Amino acid sequence: MQEFQTRRRCGREGRVRIPSGCAITGIISKSGRRMSGERVIRSISVMHDRSNGLGGGFAAYGIYPEYRDYYAFHIFYESSAAKKECEEFLERHFDIINLSKIPTRKVKEITNEPLIWRYFLTPLPTKLADSQLDEREFVVKCVFHINAGADMKGAYVFSCGKDMGVFKAVGFPEDVGRFYKLEEYEGYCFTAHGRYPTNTPGWWGGAHPFALLDYSVVHNGEISSYDANRRAIEMYGYKCSLQTDTEVITYIIDYLHRKKRLTLDEIALVVAAPFWQTIGRMEQRDRETHEYLRTIFSSQLITGPFSILVGFEGGLMALNDRLKLRSMVVGERADMVYIASEEAAIRIIEPNLDALWAPLGGQPVIIRANGGEA
Amino acid sequence: MAINFLYPDYEVARNCDRCIVCRACERQCANEVHEYVDTLNKMVCDDAKCVNCHRCVSLCPTRALKIVKSGNTYKENMNWSGKTINEVYRQAGSGGVLLSSMGNPEEYPIYFDKILLNASQVTNPSIDPLREPMETTVFLGAKPHNIERGEDGRIKNNLPPQLKLSMPVMFSAMSYGSISYNAHESLARAAEELGILYNTGEGGLHEDFYRYGKNTVVQVASGRFGVHPQYLNSGAAVEIKMGQGAKPGIGGHLPGAKIVGDISRTRMIPEGSDAISPAPHHDIYSIEDLRQLVYSLKEATDYKKPVIVKIAAVHNVAAIASGIARSGADIISIDGFRGGTGAAPTRIRDNVGIPIELALASVDSRLREEGIRDDVSIIVGGSIRSSADIVRAVALGADCVYVATSALLALGCHLCRSCHAGKCNWGIATQSPELVKRLNPDIGYKRLVNLMTAWQHEIKEMMGGMGINSIESLKGNRLMLRGVGLNEKELSILGIKHAGE
Repeated sequence: MQEFQTRRRCGREGRVRIPSGCAITGIISKSGRRMSGERVIRSISVMHDRSNGLGGGFAAYGIYPEYRDYYAFHIFYESSAAKKECEEFLERHFDIINLSKIPTRKVKEITNEPLIWRYFLTPLPTKLADSQLDEREFVVKCVFHINAGADMKGAYVFSCGKDMGVFKAVGFPEDVGRFYKLEEYEGYCFTAHGRYPTNTPGWWGGAHPFALLDYSVVHNGEISSYDANRRAIEMYGYKCSLQTDTEVITYIIDYLHRKKRLTLDEIALVVAAPFWQTIGRMEQRDRETHEYLRTIFSSQLITGPFSILVGFEGGLMALNDRLKLRSMVVGERADMVYIASEEAAIRIIEPNLDALWAPLGGQPVIIRANGGEA
Repeated sequence: MAINFLYPDYEVARNCDRCIVCRACERQCANEVHEYVDTLNKMVCDDAKCVNCHRCVSLCPTRALKIVKSGNTYKENMNWSGKTINEVYRQAGSGGVLLSSMGNPEEYPIYFDKILLNASQVTNPSIDPLREPMETTVFLGAKPHNIERGEDGRIKNNLPPQLKLSMPVMFSAMSYGSISYNAHESLARAAEELGILYNTGEGGLHEDFYRYGKNTVVQVASGRFGVHPQYLNSGAAVEIKMGQGAKPGIGGHLPGAKIVGDISRTRMIPEGSDAISPAPHHDIYSIEDLRQLVYSLKEATDYKKPVIVKIAAVHNVAAIASGIARSGADIISIDGFRGGTGAAPTRIRDNVGIPIELALASVDSRLREEGIRDDVSIIVGGSIRSSADIVRAVALGADCVYVATSALLALGCHLCRSCHAGKCNWGIATQSPELVKRLNPDIGYKRLVNLMTAWQHEIKEMMGGMGINSIESLKGNRLMLRGVGLNEKELSILGIKHAGE
C-alpha cells in the first residue's frame, strides 16, 4: 500500500532525476572527543527554510565504539518478506555479530516509515577468499547487489561503514533527528542535510546523506556535469541507481580515494580543479601534477554549484565548486570546527567563535580528528 | 547532341542592364562558361559548362550575374527522378563509373538537427563566459590505469603522449595534391595560431610545412604516399587511415592531372601517374595486423607520438572501434557518411556508411560497457557544420571533432562538388598555378582563425548556458541533449531522452 502511494506521486527515486536545493551542516572535534547528536539537530533546524520537508538526514562518526571492527549495515525494508530474503543473503556472506531494530520514536511529522534494521557484520572468511576481492570491495559488491534489487526486492542498505552510521528519512531534518533519537548517540563528528527537491520523492532511500563504506556525503547544489560523471563512474563498476548528485559524488570520492589512492587534497584538485590559467602560473613541478590530474581524471571534474561535506573514518572534508556558487562557512572554537551553509547555523550552537571564514571555491577544508587517516 | 544531350541543371542569369561587359566573369571562369562576342559587344554563356561555383557571381562588379535552377524537367515521376535518369544517360554514353566530390548530398536524416541542447534555469545558475573563465582545452590520448608515486609520495608522470588542443577541433585530412599549396599553408598557419592541429592527408608533407610540425597530424594511408621516417617524426601525431566516410571500403583517388611538380616529389611518385590507393592496407587484413602497424609506427617515432586510427562509420563500427581500442592505438577517429572528399565514386559516396551521430553514440557506449573508454580518445568528423554540432558531438561522447568542409568554405569553397575536375575557381582543389594563386594564404589563414574563434565563443556561450565551465564536463553528458521527432530506437542508440521527458 505504501509503495503504491509513493509511486502514484512520482515514482521511486531513481526513475527520474530530481534536482534539489539544500542545507548542510557539520560538526567535528579535532581531538576526537565524542558528543551528543543534539547539537547538530539544533544547527540544521535553524536552516528550516532551506529544506521543504521532503528529506533530511544525518551521518554520525564514532557512534559504535563497541563494534568498531564490524561493518554497521543500516537497512530499509519495504516488507518483512524483503527482510527475510535480505537476511538470508547476509547470512550467506557475513558473520552477523549483532542485529536489532534501529530505535525510533513516534513523531507526528514522520509517517510511512519502512522497517529499519541495523546489523554488525564481518565477511565470512571463505566467501571473502573465494571472491578474490579485498574486504572493503567485497562489502561494496554485496551492498550493490542488495540495492540493485535484482533477486530481492524492497531492501535498501543506506549505511555500511565501520563505527559510523547514517540516519535519514522523508521529513524536515530536525524531525528526522528526533525520530531517530539522535541525541542518544555520541560521536566525534556529525553531518546533517535538509533537502529541497524540485519534485515529490516519497522514498526514504532518496534522502541524504548518501554513504558507501565509511564515506558519507551531504551536498547542496545541482551539478551540471552529472551525466558526464555518472557515465564515467559507471564504467568502473558503480551503479547510479538513484540518479542524484550526492550518489555520484560519493562514488567519485570512493573511486579516487579507495581505489586510486589519491589524497583528499588531490581529490579536491580533481573534482574542483583549478582553472588552466591558474595552473599555467604555477611552478613547473606543481603545474605538471595539476595537469596530470586534470588530464587523467577529466571525467571526474564536477562543474556547477555544489558545497559538500565528506565524512570519512577520522575526519571531515568540506569543498565548494570551483566558482563557489553555493554558500558555505567555517567556524572554529577551540577543539571544535563547524561548517554550514549559513553562519546562523553555527552561531546557534556556538555564539563565541575564535574564527569564522568562507573557504574559496575549490579550496578544500580538511579536518582530521585524532588518528584520522588520509 | 540528340541522345547525349542533358539539359543543364543550372542557368547563368545575366542582367544585361547591369552588365558593363568588363569580362571579369570570362577571366575568372576556368570552365569557360562566359564568352565575349565582339560583334555584339556582349557577354554570352554556355550553361552546360557551369558547375555553380559562384566565382563569377561573387566577382561581378555590378551584380549582374546569378545562378538559378533551370526549369527544365522530365515528366514527373516519384520513382525516376531527373537526376537518376540523367545518370543512366551519362553512363550509357561513357561506360564509366560516376565520380563526385564533397559529402553525400542526398536526403538522409541529419540527426544533429534533431537534437536540442539544454540550459540552466533557477535550480542552478548559467555561467557567463564574458565574466568567468570558460575552458575548452582538451587533451587527446590514452590514459594510464595506475597512479604511480615516487619515494617522496609525489605522483609520477606516466602519461602516454597526448595532444593538447585549445578547443576540441582539428582540421581533417585533406592531402596536398587534392588541395593546393596555398590551401595547405592556410590550414597549417591557422592551426598554429589557434593552438590546434591540421592533418596532412595521405599525400605526404611539403618540405615548406615541416616548420608547422607540432600542429600537424601526419597521415599514413594504404598507398603510403610520401611516407618516410623524417615525415613520421615531423608531426605531433601519426594517423593510420583505414577508411574515409565519403568512400568506405575504397582508397584515395587522385587523378594524374593533379600529380605535378612538388606534388609528385612530396608523394614520391612520377608526375602524371594516377595516385590510386589500394582499397585495403595490404599489410592489414585483420585486427592483429593493425596492431603491428600501430606498433611499427610507434617504434619509428620512439613512442613519443600518439597514433590515431581513422575509420569510416560503417554498420559494425562499435565492434571495430572496440578492436582498435585494444590495438595500442591512442585515438580513434570516426568519419561519418556525410564526410567530404576530393573525388569518390558517386554510388559509394551516396550509398555506403552510416550517420556519424549514431556511430559516435554506439562507439562511446560500447567502449564504456567494455570499460576501455579511457584507453582511447575519440575524434569524429563528417559532417560537423557548426559550433552547435560540436557541442552535440562532445555531449554524445566525442573528445574532439574533425572539420574539413567548413574549413574549405571559410577559404572560399562554394560546395559546387566538382573538386575531381581539378578546375577549382577558388584556388582550393586545383593545381593549376593561375588558379592556386587566387587563394591568398595570408587572407585564408585569417579566415580560418576567424571561423574557429567565432565557434569557440559560441561553444563557450552554450556551455555557460548549461552551467558548465569546462569542456570535459560536457563530454558524454548526454542528459544535456534531447531528441525531437526521433523514434524509440533512434533515441536508444543515441542514448538520449526525447524532448519533454
